[in-house]
Amino acid sequence: MLEDKDRIFKNLYNDLGADIDSARNRGDWSNTKEICSNGRDWIIEEVKKSELRGRGGAGFPTGLKWSFAPKKVGAKPHYLVINADESEPGTCKDRDILRFEPHKLIEGCLIASYAVNAHKCYIYLRGEYYNEGVKLQNAIDEAYKNNLIGKNSSGTGWELDLYIHYGAGAYICGEETALLESIEGNKGQPRLKPPFPALVGLYGCPTIINNVETIAVIPTILRKGSKWFASLGKQKNTGTKIFCISGNVNNPCNVEEEMGIKLKDLIEKHAGGVVGGWDNLQAVIPGGSSMPMLSKEISENITMDFDSLVENNSGLGTAGVIVINKDQDIIKCMARIARFYKHESCGQCTPCREGSGWMWRILERMAKGEASKDEVNMLSDVTKQIEGHTICAFGEGSAWPVQGLLRHFKKEILERNNFDPLIKENKNIPYLIDQHILEEDLKNVKS
Amino acid sequence: MSLKKVSKEQPNKFEFTDENLNLANKIVLNYPAGKKKSAVMALLYLAQKQNDNWIPLVAMKYIAKFLDISYINVYEVATFYSMYNLSPVGKYFIQICTTTPCMIRGAYKLVDVCKKNISEKENELLGKKNCSWTEVECLGACISAPMAQINDDYYEDLNVKQFESIIKDILKDKKPKPGSYRGRVNSEPEKNRQTLLENKNA
Repeated sequence: MLEDKDRIFKNLYNDLGADIDSARNRGDWSNTKEICSNGRDWIIEEVKKSELRGRGGAGFPTGLKWSFAPKKVGAKPHYLVINADESEPGTCKDRDILRFEPHKLIEGCLIASYAVNAHKCYIYLRGEYYNEGVKLQNAIDEAYKNNLIGKNSSGTGWELDLYIHYGAGAYICGEETALLESIEGNKGQPRLKPPFPALVGLYGCPTIINNVETIAVIPTILRKGSKWFASLGKQKNTGTKIFCISGNVNNPCNVEEEMGIKLKDLIEKHAGGVVGGWDNLQAVIPGGSSMPMLSKEISENITMDFDSLVENNSGLGTAGVIVINKDQDIIKCMARIARFYKHESCGQCTPCREGSGWMWRILERMAKGEASKDEVNMLSDVTKQIEGHTICAFGEGSAWPVQGLLRHFKKEILERNNFDPLIKENKNIPYLIDQHILEEDLKNVKS
Repeated sequence: MSLKKVSKEQPNKFEFTDENLNLANKIVLNYPAGKKKSAVMALLYLAQKQNDNWIPLVAMKYIAKFLDISYINVYEVATFYSMYNLSPVGKYFIQICTTTPCMIRGAYKLVDVCKKNISEKENELLGKKNCSWTEVECLGACISAPMAQINDDYYEDLNVKQFESIIKDILKDKKPKPGSYRGRVNSEPEKNRQTLLENKNA
């Protein structure tokens, strides 16, 4: 288990207070000026050496991302955008940072803005987090008052203005280009990449977009050194991470742990174990709803880091662990997730807009035992038609959980949905695809 | 992409109050010169707040004029995002998260409470009732499931009994206390916390 001294978010549970004085007692803002005076290249190099990977889901190396921003500011200004549109089911880590460690985020914004030459930083906050937004705005006001940001931020001579932009309940705006569209005052529909936002982003200007947690850990990394951060976790999967453990566990919680911690330890030690004991475990979704689930056998020994989860056909995503025990109907659980994706598809690309609805409807019927044998393969086919055929990664996000279900629970689905669609049996299923054939067959039989 | 009903009954006048007009002018300054359009989301929120938590079409036209953009620009934004209400909702607007992490901890029992005590269908304003309810997708408080959002506040760690008493309070126009209903502190594990113990005892 990670030692307390290596934890970055000391105030994760708000034992110490979130105001500026308490934050300073914890070491925030202590030597921001010195850190910045080491220069841009040093900052980016240190972040690269720490091997920090983005905490928003994709796990892209942060230092590398920053180095994509043009070295010199041309005719267009640079922007920094913080993605606080946390809407992935199972994930609620950013909420605690916004509520209880806002100064870590604001200080990170200053350092990151300095590193990528940005004078303006927008924090895109999901609209539902209204109270968190009020707290964050208080912290921003405190920072302005103490000259930590503003005209001469923390004495660095760098000018930084920080604004909150509220979203309004669209999951897709967590996708970076949809987020930019949303800030520009449009519908949140993702853009084609390339060009990447690092060159053509907000208002057509170079823009770096990072997750809240990524930015909030930066000041501590630079203070304690990249070596310290890289010494935690595993190679290429370094550092600490806030895990959210929800679902059928005895004590659901957020906890900051080392990358590469065993999933079983996370559930048993921190979350009080699975409801009904470990043997009652059915499946675990390891990284927010868009990552494929893991079976109990895999969950036994798997470690929580980007690479080992990818090896097991899943992913770390946002590290929102959803534990599902045997009291739950697994098909129903996934049907609900499919409904989520059907609801949140932005409607831009046909495979995703139509396919997410297909998957939901088929799964709803499978949960009731109204699907035919053939439809199991058809469902698998639909997921393959969506995956890789859309502008953004939402297509994968909606298809993967269904593929995960089919990978581990095909037997259960077939047991429940065991009828042949063409048997001459009057099944009154209104939207069965070959219903018309059935009806014609029935007519023939009767005549 | 959610389907939303635009209310059939529409007021024929809308104007920002002086206070909101000041706020709106300030919000526009958050964005670079010539990019006033960015303020559309924030202004829709202002309009919604001013107009009993829903946005009439005249307000969209007003905002379009205010920002020098076309009406359809405002309309498409207002219909795309799910948090803008385009028809009247209750003074207390109850949103229950029913996405999987909440569902497996009993969110649909909360839905049943609403069906019993408020209205059979979602988004219905019955008689003189001061509240309406709706099912929503993940609200980002999964470790506090099941939970509901009432206006701006989160009500977490609920069970049926507690939620029933919350609804009763609301029907009496009394605002219930937000936060966890199992008395736990923020997002720490309820029992047997293993980390940052020094701070807890400090």
